Amino acid sequence: MLHIVDAKGLACPQPVIMAKKALDEHGEIAVLVDNKVSVENLTRFGASRGCAVEVEEFEGGVTEVRLLMGGQAPSVRKESNVAAKAPAGPLVFVFSQDRMGRGDDELGSLLIKSFFHALGELDNVPDTMVFYNSGVKLAAAGSEVLEDLKKLEEQGVDILVCGTCLNYFNIVEGLAAGRVSNMYDIAGAMAGAGRTVMP
Amino acid sequence: MRGVDIPEDGNVLAGVSGADDAGVYRLSGDTALVQTLDFITPIVDDPFTFGRIAAANSLSDVYAMGGTPLTALNIVCFPTSLFSLDRLASILKGGLSAIVEAGAQLLGGHSVDDKELKYGLSVTGLAHPGKLISNRGLRPGDAIILTKALGTGIIATALKAGLVGDETRIPFEKSMAQLNKTAAEVMRNFPVRACTDVTGFGLGGHLKEVLGKDNLIIEIYEDLLPVLPGAIDMASQGMNPAGLYRNRDFVGEMFSSGHARQEICDMVFDPQTSGGLLIALERDVADDLLTALHSAGVSDASLIASVASSKGPSIVLV
Repeated sequence: MLHIVDAKGLACPQPVIMAKKALDEHGEIAVLVDNKVSVENLTRFGASRGCAVEVEEFEGGVTEVRLLMGGQAPSVRKESNVAAKAPAGPLVFVFSQDRMGRGDDELGSLLIKSFFHALGELDNVPDTMVFYNSGVKLAAAGSEVLEDLKKLEEQGVDILVCGTCLNYFNIVEGLAAGRVSNMYDIAGAMAGAGRTVMP
Repeated sequence: MRGVDIPEDGNVLAGVSGADDAGVYRLSGDTALVQTLDFITPIVDDPFTFGRIAAANSLSDVYAMGGTPLTALNIVCFPTSLFSLDRLASILKGGLSAIVEAGAQLLGGHSVDDKELKYGLSVTGLAHPGKLISNRGLRPGDAIILTKALGTGIIATALKAGLVGDETRIPFEKSMAQLNKTAAEVMRNFPVRACTDVTGFGLGGHLKEVLGKDNLIIEIYEDLLPVLPGAIDMASQGMNPAGLYRNRDFVGEMFSSGHARQEICDMVFDPQTSGGLLIALERDVADDLLTALHSAGVSDASLIASVASSKGPSIVLV
């Protein structure tokens, strides 16, 4: 039985807030709205919850947006989520250099920065992050990704930073996120991973 | 002001007819006045922070024109029946902190009793008439740099919905409270082609304005767009403000999203409060400007797009 939510005359974000509450309680809802912004936002909200979304326009400018929980595969965002499809075992990210990709170094630095930003937006963060060779610079003072890295650490990500490498670059004192680790632990983390990602 | 004939003497360098960020009036061969006015409704709860953001937002237009703020006047609409005057004092202190940091003098202001709280500044700045920076004139081979992260409109909407935690709120407020002063000062040392600040029209709306009718294509690198933490997530949950869709409709078919996900397109059209500077210059010197911005502490600055020849004006995500 569809639960009706009357959000006519209300501006965003109100209709989405009402839909959120009702969807959690009832699982199948029909939201009545009278502006296009709310229709678009409710459609996005429904997709983010993996709902089937049906939109029907009525006379008088009223639109009904039906959200049916579990009605379709989750949105692209969820599908692309690495952890959702990963085999059992921890998700391990490995950083072997302080930039992303080969080619232009400056571009690589920009890319790694935006990669870390994006990483923080994923629903499932990695279980373990491993840093070796020049990758250790990402975890040291002056790193442009430090804020994002610290946030990941706060979220419970285990951050292993190669001690030999910190010594080699003479930045042991500068370690600002994660813990100094050794090749046994690093090899163990990589060998025991459900999936290893090297950006 | 469409349809109204506005007489201009020969000293109006930027007036109503153009789409520049501020008005400019030549006083002499080496001095021009840069004038702008802007006020906004509260975007955050804390009164000091709101005052600071509103003032930074008002000052920004002067920086985008290549000017230096000289004096400022407060503009206040305040519901005395809803809030205590302490709240107003905090807002004004926040505004003053931005004016002082800009090196400008507060000269006074005006307040009225109103149902809805609004605050902003009228700012007067100075510039050399020969060193004004227009928001037009892109050429093929130019690169475009954006100095602040996108997503303030979406996060502001999510804040109203009570969905925002400190990890999203703090960087959001910090970004809006930051003046475009440092970015503007760094920019002065480079041969800048065009500059504007990103405001309510969103990145897409401003790029359309910068393009005009030129036969150019702006390719936005979706991976390099700086985005505030939490904004993508909030957009996917339907926290987009109405202005975002207006901006999308305004840019219309000129824009194509390529393979970019919907939330990245949302960032392109999200209306910004106290947004960053959008700076176009030759690709050869763009890396140096970016490095200089980063070393000066403008850490979110990113090279977001390049300009190439095309059959007509267009904007595409790549």
